[in-house]
Amino acid sequence: MAEVQKKATRESYGEALRDLAEKYPDLVVLDADLAAATKTGIFQKAYPERFFDCGIAEANMMGVAAGLATAGKIPFASTFAMFAAGRAYEIVRNSIGYPHLNVKIGATHAGISVGEDGATHQCNEDIALMRTIPGMTILNPADDVEAKAAVEAAILYKGPVYLRFGRLAAPIFNDPQTYQFTIGKGLTLREGTDLTLVATGLMVSEALKAAELLEADGISVRVLNIHTIKPLDTELICQAARETGLLITVEEHSVIGGLGGAVAEAVTSCCPVPVVRIGVNDEYGHSGSAVDLLKEFGLCSDNIAAVAQKAFSEKK
Amino acid sequence: MNEMTKKQLQATACRVRMGVIEGTYHAKSGHPGGSLSICDTLTYLYFAKMHVDPKQPEMADRDRLVLSKGHCAPALYSVLAERGFFSKEELKSLRHIGALLQGHPCIHIPGVDMSSGSLGQGISAACGMALAAKTDNSFYKVYTILGDGEIEEGQVWEAAMFAAHYQLDSLVAIVDNNGLQIDGKITDVCSPEPIPEKFEAFGWHVIPMDAHDFDSIEAAFAEAETIVGKPVAIIQTSVKGKGVSFMENQVGWHGKAPNETEYQQAMAELTTQLKELEG
Repeated sequence: MAEVQKKATRESYGEALRDLAEKYPDLVVLDADLAAATKTGIFQKAYPERFFDCGIAEANMMGVAAGLATAGKIPFASTFAMFAAGRAYEIVRNSIGYPHLNVKIGATHAGISVGEDGATHQCNEDIALMRTIPGMTILNPADDVEAKAAVEAAILYKGPVYLRFGRLAAPIFNDPQTYQFTIGKGLTLREGTDLTLVATGLMVSEALKAAELLEADGISVRVLNIHTIKPLDTELICQAARETGLLITVEEHSVIGGLGGAVAEAVTSCCPVPVVRIGVNDEYGHSGSAVDLLKEFGLCSDNIAAVAQKAFSEKK
Repeated sequence: MNEMTKKQLQATACRVRMGVIEGTYHAKSGHPGGSLSICDTLTYLYFAKMHVDPKQPEMADRDRLVLSKGHCAPALYSVLAERGFFSKEELKSLRHIGALLQGHPCIHIPGVDMSSGSLGQGISAACGMALAAKTDNSFYKVYTILGDGEIEEGQVWEAAMFAAHYQLDSLVAIVDNNGLQIDGKITDVCSPEPIPEKFEAFGWHVIPMDAHDFDSIEAAFAEAETIVGKPVAIIQTSVKGKGVSFMENQVGWHGKAPNETEYQQAMAELTTQLKELEG
């Protein structure tokens, strides 16, 4: 079997911007002195006249993006998730969200897998923050194929979109020939009846591996890929709740307010079943390699399988 | 400026001021002081300068105005109503539940080019508009009005740096220097002075203006049009509460609505001024 190919979704983001630029002439890209890291530099190299570096000034960048959108541009404002969702939160809320402008926020370096830079740069709160903004769409793609499709879907959708990308190379498991991305529609990657792993972003491939481990122990596992956190595919999630009776959410984000929070909120009203949330607990990260950190924080297939097994054994 | 035009503009500005009083009185809240200090500037822009069409508020090549000091929405709404973007009757339901006119500018109101109100943000949006004009080789102008207290926000200086870097010469920022903010004199609270020197240091062309003299206003905006390769900052010296005797230069009128007696007195004063101008 050939080795699984890997690519960081930030890389996919930069490539998609470049590859879609000709098709969408209104697309412009902004960055805040991180073009080399966010990979918008790939776009900048190909289309320098449509790239605007705002310097280390994220608040202004979000406002500039808003102004560009009022004039018909489709701006992608890019920086690390920490600064896009964190530092610039109130500008995103008031200058982009409230007027519902056609701004796309390309947030890279999300989650604990930022690695060595440590806690100040590991944003585990961005989904929670962005979810509270009325009308904000949140996309969290799992691999290269999905990330590129998400970028085009964001262009075609009129309104604010927060796109979440990672620093770490992620396994490519979707087939570019057949893959279809629809905002707000989750994907069932594996059928099962005993429990459902509801995963997003970097954790989707780990959830698939965990499902294999659980299957070997005789547990039938459904796996959902929720690439759109908002609007949430409540239909698919509530169906899984009804049919499997146990949901385990898996995300590289705080267990507060992210996918786990959104799923718990959804099933509370449609089909209350136990929801076990795997993510970063209510704590800060720290320095280390991405792989070591993911393991330490339980964001790996072994821990997902262990948590799922325990929850299943406690299921009535 | 000829006397006839000047008198017409002064009369229009007086009616705009009456709209500010009307709006804040009926709202029982809002910000009359800083609204009254920008009425002459707004009147000049909407009646003598800007390319706008009330019948096509979203016309692609229109000039834009972002009221970065969004709490002075009563003045913006009043001038837009006077110009015909919506009925002046709307001013009477300002800030009411279900009303068109929100407490702070909202992009969905005809003629309002950007939602604003959280200070320091409007100038960034104005930069984005000016950048779009530049990349599209469009010739529209973008005006943004900031408070002198507002420029204490750090984002204003991020935007100031950006505008100069990208040589946004279609951008004109007007700083309403009435000297007062909520907590008192700007020089006592946390002084943003010297204001002209700060903008100059950030690479802007700076023009001083008397905010209540239409000759000065006309000259300032005419000079702004001649500037190439730099954004322009017009620092307007103004009187907070201008036109209503008991509100002038009073910090207490920053965010307080007139009661019945004060409303009657303010309207009587403005009516007298209007009669003199039209008489």
